Amino acid sequence: MLMLYHDTVESEVLVHKPWFIGCIFAIVLAVFLIFNVAGTTMGELLRPVIGDHAQVKFYSRIAIAFVIAAMFCLNLVLIGFVPLKIQIGIVWFELVLLFLSLFAAFDLSMPFIWANLPFLITQGVVTTVYVSAMSLLFASAIAIIGAIAKLSSNGMAYAIVSFYTSCFRGLPLLMQVYLIYMGLPQVGYVINAVPAGVLALSLCSGAYMTEIFRSGIASIDRGQWEASRSLGFGFALTMRRIILPQALPVIIPPMGNTFISMLKDSSLVSVLGVWELTYLAHSLGQPTFHTMEMLVTAAMIYWILSACLELVQSRIEDHFARSKKR
Amino acid sequence: MNKRDAILSDEVIEAKNVSKWYGAFRALTDINLTVRKGERIVICGPSGSGKSTLIRCVNRLEAHQDGEITVTGIRLHNKMRNVAEVRKSVGMVFQHFNLFPHMTVLMNCMAAPMWIKGVPEGEARKIALKFLERVRIPEQANKYPAQLSGGQQQRVAIARSLCMEPAVMLFDEPTSSLDPEMVAEVLETVTGLARDGMTMVCVTHEMGFARAVADRVIFMDRGEIVEEGTPHDFFRNPQHERTKLFLSQILSH
Ligand SMILES: Nc1ncnc2c1ncn2[C@@H]1O[C@H](COP(=O)(O)OP(=O)(O)OP(=O)(O)O)[C@@H](O)[C@H]1O
Ligand SMILES: [Mg+2]
Repeated sequence: MLMLYHDTVESEVLVHKPWFIGCIFAIVLAVFLIFNVAGTTMGELLRPVIGDHAQVKFYSRIAIAFVIAAMFCLNLVLIGFVPLKIQIGIVWFELVLLFLSLFAAFDLSMPFIWANLPFLITQGVVTTVYVSAMSLLFASAIAIIGAIAKLSSNGMAYAIVSFYTSCFRGLPLLMQVYLIYMGLPQVGYVINAVPAGVLALSLCSGAYMTEIFRSGIASIDRGQWEASRSLGFGFALTMRRIILPQALPVIIPPMGNTFISMLKDSSLVSVLGVWELTYLAHSLGQPTFHTMEMLVTAAMIYWILSACLELVQSRIEDHFARSKKR
Repeated sequence: MNKRDAILSDEVIEAKNVSKWYGAFRALTDINLTVRKGERIVICGPSGSGKSTLIRCVNRLEAHQDGEITVTGIRLHNKMRNVAEVRKSVGMVFQHFNLFPHMTVLMNCMAAPMWIKGVPEGEARKIALKFLERVRIPEQANKYPAQLSGGQQQRVAIARSLCMEPAVMLFDEPTSSLDPEMVAEVLETVTGLARDGMTMVCVTHEMGFARAVADRVIFMDRGEIVEEGTPHDFFRNPQHERTKLFLSQILSH
């Protein structure tokens, strides 16, 4: 894991300082005094705390706020005792639990979800991943060519690419999807829904990634170019062996962002009737009035897929961080 | 003192009436310079006088606009397809080392022989170790450049250039970004190369080095070669006012 510069001076853990805990306690208490949660799910969970005094609005509010603030601070202090990795694990676990308890309030029909999940995965997820992966591949290829063109001294290449990035970053993706699917047949080229979707997504994220690659390549000191060229390396060799390997650590975090948003933007392809995750979730849920079930399921699946990308990204970052260590 | 009486022939670098402009600014004016095989040239002059520009024109990191430069028999011009051919035989060492930070020291040295000359990996490793030995840091071979001191990095940069076995080495202020205690180790390395008969053109303000090593000292000012001569004549008996002024400034420090 990469961290900020870590000072070697030992200091007391912040969450074990009484004044800090006092402040946090006061803040949480104040928040829950202002927002009345007695009527919500949370309030229901805390019903034992209120006990027989449920009628007394003011008392129940104070009781709830006090208990939540106390639990929050206890949690904070206890977590401060364990090692970093475990801290992260515990807090993640707690947040996921909170998040899921939110869905519990939706009163979802689990059997319906389980019944439709296999199809959602075998058809929907597969299509979504296929569309995203293809777009990712094409977008990367576009980006690297675009970046080099944009950094070149060739006026035509620069003009074409800057027009392209301006256009595809400037138009809403939904319009691009429609324009490509319905516009291309107008000029005599009939295109299927999936290729149209892939094309729109590639062009759109390719435009963003062109800028990412361009700034990454431009961030490398010109001395590296000079050293490489003076050894006799050609342009392509310099790019591949010297410049790109150094630009990648700079490029990868924003690339991860772009990939993740592309994964989710692939849901826009549903407007073309492609049987991907969003389209299926919608069409399975709608007729049986289980819209919420399918929406929540699809949302969770998107999240899991994004988390996988995040994981890959952090692995790659670790890999590059290792060669930077002194 | 080292022997200087080797028969000097074979022009490695020949510049005739070379001029260069950066836009409207004239950085080089009618430069004439001949470097023969085995010669050691030191170029000095005030900041902005065009020293770097001149040696960067020799391996075509910069293009000149007028005159002729011939390097190892190849004429440099705009339409040339064989810049790489020239660069193969011209080694360059920079003020800021410019090592490749993502490669180990060994790989920095192996890269060019492997990728340009197509030398097999095992042999490239042998060549790299040989030259790392020569600059006296073979034990650092598997470290990354960031793990070395400035002086060590510059010596690796020298070894990296030597691995291509160039006909001439260009040094652009190789010690200017080093702490005083590291200057000596780098100058010692360069002096060693000079002893072994390496042809070199070195831009430097180290006048002691120039005295000890140079066959000729060239003084540049405002893009012109103002004066050139043997170190003996140059330091004892400078002809031009600008040279005298420069020497008095630099030697008074
Ligand atoms: N890329 C460039 N564009 C415009 N002018 C330049 C460029 N490079 C150098 N110059 C100008 O050309 C002149 C010569 O520069 P050069 O770098 O060759 O000087 P130098 O003698 O090496 O100086 P220093 O001792 O400071 O390194 C300077 O006036 C500089 O401002
Ligand atoms: Mg210079």
